Amino acid sequence: MTDVAHAADHGHATSTGISNEKLAMWVFLGSDCLLFGGLISTYLLLRHRSIVGPTPEEIFDIPFTSVSSFVLLMSSLTMALAVGAIHRGDERRCRTWLLTTSFLGATFIAGQVYEFTSFVKEGLGYTTNIFGSAFYTLTGFHGVHVSVGIIMLMSLFIMSMRGRLGPERAETVEIFGLYWHFVDIVWILIFTIVYLIP
Amino acid sequence: MSIQAEHESKRREYEPHHQTHEQEHPSDRQYVVIAVILGVITMAEVMTYFWEDASTVALVILLFPMMIAKFAIVCGYFMHLKFDNPIFRRIFIAGLVLAIVVYLVMLVSFEFLSDDYFRFLKA
Repeated sequence: MTDVAHAADHGHATSTGISNEKLAMWVFLGSDCLLFGGLISTYLLLRHRSIVGPTPEEIFDIPFTSVSSFVLLMSSLTMALAVGAIHRGDERRCRTWLLTTSFLGATFIAGQVYEFTSFVKEGLGYTTNIFGSAFYTLTGFHGVHVSVGIIMLMSLFIMSMRGRLGPERAETVEIFGLYWHFVDIVWILIFTIVYLIP
Repeated sequence: MSIQAEHESKRREYEPHHQTHEQEHPSDRQYVVIAVILGVITMAEVMTYFWEDASTVALVILLFPMMIAKFAIVCGYFMHLKFDNPIFRRIFIAGLVLAIVVYLVMLVSFEFLSDDYFRFLKA
């Protein structure tokens, strides 16, 4: 391996003094705030302007969504534990926590699919009213973020199984962890603003 | 050399030479304590759903601080913003503040500068 390739692999000094990959992830997350900010404010603006029902009050199942929220919150804990494990060089435990995180993420998505299905059965389609359009767009975009996260988690798990996710790649797991926690904090906002405040 | 020690030496060998972490990250035990705190706040949030005659203003006053607390805890501890290089914090907060300002302006414009609102004022 040439010196340059070797240096790139091992993350040598950058002009900013910090990891470029991590910096890029934070820039992406900062810009993603604008995407979700737009979707949340659009929802706030439109949710009470529907001419026909069903309305949010008629359709939301708060106890069910609370359980989903709790599951996603706990997936942030397992992700943090995975990052901690890989920093200590404990690859086996890291794999276990990555798998647990993806399972919790998949449970959240399953809950969202169930919720959407029951809403459709109760008469709230994507084009039924303006509340439905704004609601499905916001929560759907979040769901897509979680689904992408699960795919990335499984990729990390497979990399780890093949022995390509050792302690030297701890920052890769940490950067992915940032994405996963971001998805969680977006849901913290959605849960309060969309579901709990009438 | 034990496997753990071997991993540790390998980790040190590959550790990027730049200063990414300002301080040590929390331990597993601390992460669990943080998750318990988040769980308790979530439970408190859900309890407001069973408060039947609560006004929207009361709910906003109650729920917003809890939401902000959860947001800050996840960012600070799970995302390590409290411990990492301050550049990351500045970048994220810049995006967040920009989003809040832009969309508050948008909401105010649509909500208060609409024809409906002026009709409401005249009535």
